[in-house]
Amino acid sequence: MGLARRNLIRMRDLSAADIQQILSTAAACKDIFSREVKKMPTLRGQVMVNLFYEPSTRTRTSFELAGKWMSADVVNIAVATSSVVKGESLTDTAKTLESLGADIVVIRHPSAGAPALLARSIRAAVINAGDGMHEHPTQALLDLFTIQEAKGTVADLHVVIVGDILHSRVARSNIWGLRTLGARVTVVGPPTLMPPGLEELGVRVSYDLDRVLPEADVVNVLRIQRERQPTALIPSLREYTRYFGLTRERLERLRPDALILHPGPANLGVEIVQEAVDDPRARIHDQVTNGVAVRMAVLYLVTGGRHDAVAA
Amino acid sequence: MRWLLKGGRVVDPAQGIDAVLDVLVADGRVVELGQDLSGAGEVVDCQGKVVVPGLIDLRAHLGEPGRELAETIASGTRAAAAGGFTAVCARPGRELAVDNAGWVSFVRERARQDGVVKVYPLAAVTKGYAGDELVEMGDLKAAGAVALYDGDRSLARAGVMRRALEYARMVGLPVMVHCEDADLAGPGVMHEGLYSTINGLAGIPAAAEEIVVARDLMLAQLTGARLHIAHVSTAGSVALIRAAKARGVAVTADVTAHHLVLTDADVQPDDANWKVRPPLRTSADVEALLEGLRDGTIDCIATDHEPHLEEDKQVEFDRAPFGIIGLETALPLLLTRVVAAGSLSLNELIARLSWHPARMLGLPGGTLAPGSPADITVIDPERERVYDPKQGYSRSRNTPLAGWRLKGWPVATMVDGRWVVQQGRVLV
Repeated sequence: MGLARRNLIRMRDLSAADIQQILSTAAACKDIFSREVKKMPTLRGQVMVNLFYEPSTRTRTSFELAGKWMSADVVNIAVATSSVVKGESLTDTAKTLESLGADIVVIRHPSAGAPALLARSIRAAVINAGDGMHEHPTQALLDLFTIQEAKGTVADLHVVIVGDILHSRVARSNIWGLRTLGARVTVVGPPTLMPPGLEELGVRVSYDLDRVLPEADVVNVLRIQRERQPTALIPSLREYTRYFGLTRERLERLRPDALILHPGPANLGVEIVQEAVDDPRARIHDQVTNGVAVRMAVLYLVTGGRHDAVAA
Repeated sequence: MRWLLKGGRVVDPAQGIDAVLDVLVADGRVVELGQDLSGAGEVVDCQGKVVVPGLIDLRAHLGEPGRELAETIASGTRAAAAGGFTAVCARPGRELAVDNAGWVSFVRERARQDGVVKVYPLAAVTKGYAGDELVEMGDLKAAGAVALYDGDRSLARAGVMRRALEYARMVGLPVMVHCEDADLAGPGVMHEGLYSTINGLAGIPAAAEEIVVARDLMLAQLTGARLHIAHVSTAGSVALIRAAKARGVAVTADVTAHHLVLTDADVQPDDANWKVRPPLRTSADVEALLEGLRDGTIDCIATDHEPHLEEDKQVEFDRAPFGIIGLETALPLLLTRVVAAGSLSLNELIARLSWHPARMLGLPGGTLAPGSPADITVIDPERERVYDPKQGYSRSRNTPLAGWRLKGWPVATMVDGRWVVQQGRVLV
């Protein structure tokens, strides 16, 4: 089991069995939502720190709720990135958290590799909530959960990921998870937002969304991250939308049984239009709910839980 | 003092010698090589050892001036001696520009006081490494600079580079260049390819190096000046240099030991000890570099020893400085992973670590020919140990090679007829 090491750093490390264990645990956690009393005592007495070096509302809140519903004591630490440069180093912060008695550290950081570096310097369980352009494993897991929930399986589905693949940790983690579970993956975006070597990971690369859309079982629309494009990688957002936006016209090219995913928050009118968000094929709100269930499962498993204990 | 190094395998590429011979040393010079020399001096048993000309490193950062917490000339030259080097070209750091005769004299004076091996200063090409105004090359040469190098940054302006080459030609100094287009390299921290994608780290494409290699080769051709391309790292650069040499351009080149062994596939994003400039490239690039070394396209092997404090390297990969130390590992790493693997013969390796650098810069040494300075390195080819940078002589430990088992270590080093290392320990 990939989580036996008490950390979740990369989807790249997880086997199909690891992923399915998390997804089935998440399904059990999701059932708890329907109860009147959502709280379970699993993490009572455990200190969970949300250590966020990047602004985030969704992911942090999702982890916070997951922790609270499992009765962990949750502490949020937001670190302004600007103060990191001259301030306390990550390894020093790790020692401090250790001294404060942290059992679980959820870290989001603008630098790839920071969660692994933290995990090397601390005994607490470390969960990667997104590191630079590297990975965002819980987002991939909640996407997989949402797909499997709607389609019954991930294997052999054709999943199209469209957007800024170059800067996207969501794309990378999804690629690992989808390939491990046997899905076909096509990434679509402008060549200036496409990293090299994807074909070697068994991924098809396309620059033509209109051609790819009719063959998609799932289309995962990535957020255009304006803050990650200091240099002019695309001429304009308008032209981006023209080629890669999920517009009304493109909705018609999408199969009736296809799924629309978006990790949020959406730039409406840029990569996706409101109609697509409201489309019956969209699972964007399910993704948010499933995110909490998946994070509960991850918290449970990294702290050493066994599956049947949650299901009971 | 007279020494007789008896019964070692003497490898001296300059003379084409590879034979079991005795080496007689007196008054700081090699007196004679021959079989069964006797009675002439204190005998040092070298049976089973390899006796080679003292290694000469084309480029190492010795910490002074500017980075004394991470390295000093005292510690850096001891690391060099322990690694089998009897001479080091001291690379200026970015902290303080060695762009005037005063700093060159300082480096030489500090080396004379604290150093245990020979130190040859490299000086800047432009004032403050700013890439705009030429340094007083004649003054720097008179003070002892052996070549000009602006550190790990290319001159952005081709016109300035051209004038630097023209003027350096008159003065008679080679211009050493780091080839990297800053705009194309951008915020990159490792080689751009499959592994930068997997690691989510910004990439530096091979073309960032090759564009500047091509430009500087053309400028060398235009000016007739002596150009030396530092730390070649890509197959494309090797091809460009090979073609330039074929049409008679006065260019030489080096590659570092780590670029001959490590690749981008090794890079771990949670360990900035893998962060080095130029970045570690692909295995195909490594093959091309080895071929370039074999066919003479690449003349020399350097260490690019670059010390950094632990607290500066134990940070997020993209925030850490570039550079790894290498003086104490270059030779064992190359013996273990290049010579033992059959990629290069021992003779070829030693030539590129001693005779070629000496010839390129016109330095004494690099050979054991009678009359040469007695700069000698003795290697135990059978000695095998696990490298622990904490046990090293450098003040810094920033290397990805900690824990590597390497076979073939330098055990004794002599500078001007005086032992500075014996049994692998620095004596002074």
